Amino acid sequence: MPVFDLAATPLRALNQALHGVAPGANDTAFEVLNPRGQHAVAVGIDGPVTVTVRGSVGYYCAGMNDGGTVTVQGSAGPGVAENMMSGTVVIEGDASQYAGATGRGGLLVIKGNAASRCGISMKGIDIVVHGSIGHMSAFMGQTGSLVVLGDAGEALGDSLYEAKLFVRGSVKSLGADCIEKPMRAEHREHLAVLLDRAGVTDVRPEEFRRYGSARTLYSFNIDNADAY
Amino acid sequence: MCGIVGLFLKDPTLEPQLGTLLADMLVTMTDRGPDSAGLAIYGPPTPGLSKITVQSAQALVDFPTLEQRLAEVSGGSARVAVKSSHAVITVASDRLEATRAALKGLSSDLRVMGAGESVEIYKEVGLPKDVVERFGIAGMSGTHGIGHTRMATESAVTTMGAHPFSTGADQCLVHNGSLSNHNNLRRSLARDGMAFETQNDSEVAAAYLTTAMARGRDLGAALAGALEDLDGFFTFVVGTKSGFGVLRDPIACKPAIMAETDRYVAFGSEYRALVGLPGIETARVWEPEPATVYFWDQRQAA
Repeated sequence: MPVFDLAATPLRALNQALHGVAPGANDTAFEVLNPRGQHAVAVGIDGPVTVTVRGSVGYYCAGMNDGGTVTVQGSAGPGVAENMMSGTVVIEGDASQYAGATGRGGLLVIKGNAASRCGISMKGIDIVVHGSIGHMSAFMGQTGSLVVLGDAGEALGDSLYEAKLFVRGSVKSLGADCIEKPMRAEHREHLAVLLDRAGVTDVRPEEFRRYGSARTLYSFNIDNADAY
Repeated sequence: MCGIVGLFLKDPTLEPQLGTLLADMLVTMTDRGPDSAGLAIYGPPTPGLSKITVQSAQALVDFPTLEQRLAEVSGGSARVAVKSSHAVITVASDRLEATRAALKGLSSDLRVMGAGESVEIYKEVGLPKDVVERFGIAGMSGTHGIGHTRMATESAVTTMGAHPFSTGADQCLVHNGSLSNHNNLRRSLARDGMAFETQNDSEVAAAYLTTAMARGRDLGAALAGALEDLDGFFTFVVGTKSGFGVLRDPIACKPAIMAETDRYVAFGSEYRALVGLPGIETARVWEPEPATVYFWDQRQAA
């Protein structure tokens, strides 16, 4: 298993090694030591590698991840898993602002709290936060799901498109065009799958409330519903 | 951008290391702003004495005779310690205002960085590494301090445009962000008697807090008022003689992270700035909430 000690090795060596893993390679488990809040740790992964980061990271960790599994045994700075395409990113501590921003796919799990703008402009990513999230989360979220076991801050889902929001605790306020919607069987099934994938075992889908777009701010046409 | 740091010690045994710790924190934030850098260090006050930190573009001309030229106005109490382009003038506290007024007439190159019983302020154009070396910050002890590395947006890159800004005795402020109502507020504060050295938005924020505290508010209450009266983006770290405060605007775009242990409270624009602090591995680390006042006071912490 390759080990990169960032106290001794430049960050670029780690990221180039991650980008250089050939399709079908066996040695795909990486360990990163002493990240000490550095930016852009494990950015641009484009294959099924596994990265375990022992410590806290700065801006944009695991950005653009496409197929990798990145676990941060610490907290993450702004923009973790920004524009993720596929794969899994797990933050064992807290995440700073705009976690999972613009993500197109994959699963982001934050075991602590996430700050403001979590899931801003999400485009297909699924985000599960064990704690609470800050203000303006899921702003202009287009598709994908944001699941929050704790509370949500002000203006949740402002200017929302078709992202699905599930909050177990309180919501300080809903943003423009975001409304509470009924939890039907299909939503509970969808949520159960997400909770299972995120390793949440002690919480039931029935404990959540669902929020979504009132569809008055954008040109929603029911005939195109399959495309959303 | 801009990078800001702050360190408030609870454990007096760390005081000899304050300068070293704060200098390292600021140098780590260099990539957030290369234009200018500055620090305010609060040392233990000496009863009856006050300090004025001055800067001069003509230090070799202005400083050698400064003590002598201030002898009369300071009642013979003035002592001058030169550090590169800055000098710290120590005077009897009852001669502080007269001495400060006399400085204006001595040389057009002399500028007051700050004054009070415990604060010393050092700031210059250039990188944090060069600024902390130039002023020997690593050798300084103290109870608390704040620092700033600047990426200029609102006013010129000059010594006076660098942070921290000090607009009242032992008060100073560093700012990451930009204010949008500073011109109007500057006019209103000027009518109330505040004097301004620059066109900088952050100086207005400092003067706002000074005015509020002059009206009897404590730092916490002054910061709470700033949420109502200041418009724009800000993360502030503020120092007073015995206090240390943090405030973020309600939108909270400008990054902020804090750490607290039994020994200190620390602030950084990024976690990177905090990784060299003793015991950071087990510190409580959190992001300060938007529109929430945080402040600590030596008198309450002791």
